Amino acid sequence: MKYAFYPGCVAKGGAPELYQSTLAVTEALGIDLVELEGAACTGAGVLSERNPELADTLNARTFALAERHGLPLMNICSTCHGVMCQANARLQKDPAYLERINRHLAPEGLHYSGNTIIKHLLWVLMEDVGLDALQAKMVKRLGDLRAAPFYGCYIVRPSWVLGYDEKPERQRYLEVLIEALGAESVEYTGKDKCCGFPILTMNRENSLKMTGTHVLEAQTKGADLMVTPCPLCHLNLDGSQVEASGAVNEHLETPVLHLPQLVGVALGIAPQALGMGKNMVNTRRLIEQFSH
Amino acid sequence: MDVNLRVRRYDPSGDHKPYFQDYRLTDQPDGVTVLDALIDVRENVDETLALRCSCRSSICGSCAMRINGQATLACKTKVSSVSQPGATVTVEPAGNMPVLKDLIVDFEIFWNKINDIGPWLKTEGPDPEREYIVDNDKMLNLIGTVSCIMCGACVSDCTVLAADPDFLGPAALAKAYRFVGDPRDAHKQDRLGEYVQDGGVWDCTHCFFCVEVCPKGVAPMDWILELRREAEAAGFTNHNGVRHSKVFAESVQEAGWLDEARLAMDSMGTLKEKLSLVPVGLRSFLHGKIPPTGPFHYKRPGAEHIKRIFEELEAKE
Repeated sequence: MKYAFYPGCVAKGGAPELYQSTLAVTEALGIDLVELEGAACTGAGVLSERNPELADTLNARTFALAERHGLPLMNICSTCHGVMCQANARLQKDPAYLERINRHLAPEGLHYSGNTIIKHLLWVLMEDVGLDALQAKMVKRLGDLRAAPFYGCYIVRPSWVLGYDEKPERQRYLEVLIEALGAESVEYTGKDKCCGFPILTMNRENSLKMTGTHVLEAQTKGADLMVTPCPLCHLNLDGSQVEASGAVNEHLETPVLHLPQLVGVALGIAPQALGMGKNMVNTRRLIEQFSH
Repeated sequence: MDVNLRVRRYDPSGDHKPYFQDYRLTDQPDGVTVLDALIDVRENVDETLALRCSCRSSICGSCAMRINGQATLACKTKVSSVSQPGATVTVEPAGNMPVLKDLIVDFEIFWNKINDIGPWLKTEGPDPEREYIVDNDKMLNLIGTVSCIMCGACVSDCTVLAADPDFLGPAALAKAYRFVGDPRDAHKQDRLGEYVQDGGVWDCTHCFFCVEVCPKGVAPMDWILELRREAEAAGFTNHNGVRHSKVFAESVQEAGWLDEARLAMDSMGTLKEKLSLVPVGLRSFLHGKIPPTGPFHYKRPGAEHIKRIFEELEAKE
């Protein structure tokens, strides 16, 4: 199993533990990754808002880089994933548009045919690795743990560019994965809502209130941890949890793990090797629970 | 087929809190809609169930409610499309608006927001003798927004409104574009100046909920983003949202990828805002969050091509 790996800006920046844990988990599962070192930022919805054709061109370039390797593309960020899927849908729908965009790739010797398969690590685990193979490599069941899934908007909406019509099971991949790892998945309304991160610099109060509301709901429902496939959500849920406590006037203290960190623990990878010490909300108590 | 409904009931005049009531209908046709089923319940099972509906053809926008947790029109939703045979369909009133009774919500909040954007044409000069003549091409951009049937599904599921009732919200802002984009309107500048204030276009988080739930394909978020572009082009640039967007683009243009620290710092317009980032920055440092490639924002391989693509396409814009 081999993928062109698109880590995204945050895993290479403010969330190094995501990059670290992804490499650890994929290695443990025998997944080969060829990192697309020269790929551009997807634009995270911000560039497409400024200039849709520019953002689509940058993403087409990334898809062409994956195509040059003859590999499907794997990303590890809900936002990157959604932006890529949206761009790919536009490029695939309109051959004339794709042709026009390809003209900007030609000086670099690149060409995108429109065929790159784009998968988030979550989808790779559920669809390509499969739960049977994953469970066969598990050394630890995460029993007694209650994990609250938090998807991130772009991996769930708009559903029609994410293949949910053909694969409705994608709506519950996180819950199913959590249960397969032996933990209990906490049901709560916030799991597919917005974390508020996109407006952190524009309306900090609302942003923190949104994050605080979701963490509080998960915490109130008895979650020992939250787990997210989106590093941008992680920046708010984990990185700003202290401030979010103030926004909802409640003490919040719920560790938030990146998806590969949770999977990594079940695979028996040491918490340190998963970068668990870099999470902002203290994971020490959680790590103790893991070791039981 | 059998239809199992779990309906959220609440009568503020008598109930202490909302509760769910289950209804079971048998021998329903395969194409039965959720609205058909609810009307059947009201007519034949429980006349106390309150719901609002009219056209039954996704035109009037009266029957927006949450079905299995997501806002939509009950008349447009077949039971078979939202549940496996025999499974329970959960029906709740629309969100972000107070419940009057059961599935009926008070739309006052919705209409107030529509009113707030000035939903009428503001022309200048003498009225023409007959109708205004406008080129067809200049009205095509409005097709999306005029498709809105004011059902409130987008308002129901807007994640920002859930946190901040003062947000103008998706329906009103999509309607705002309907006038900003209308060549007959002479107050575009004033309108944009209003819409960039607190509670306006820059408070949208891009969460796609309104795009997902709109039963008429209006995609309100797209029009909010269009308003942002229009506002920036019209000179309303002193906003963290504009700074954020510009710095984002500059950062990617220069190095091929995003410099998060610079983005956060340079988006903030005041010293106080910049200082608010210090605690989280410090915490990151103390937790050893050093990027795997080192602390300095290096240029990606091929950054020169990324820069070239920017230059080619920004110039075209």
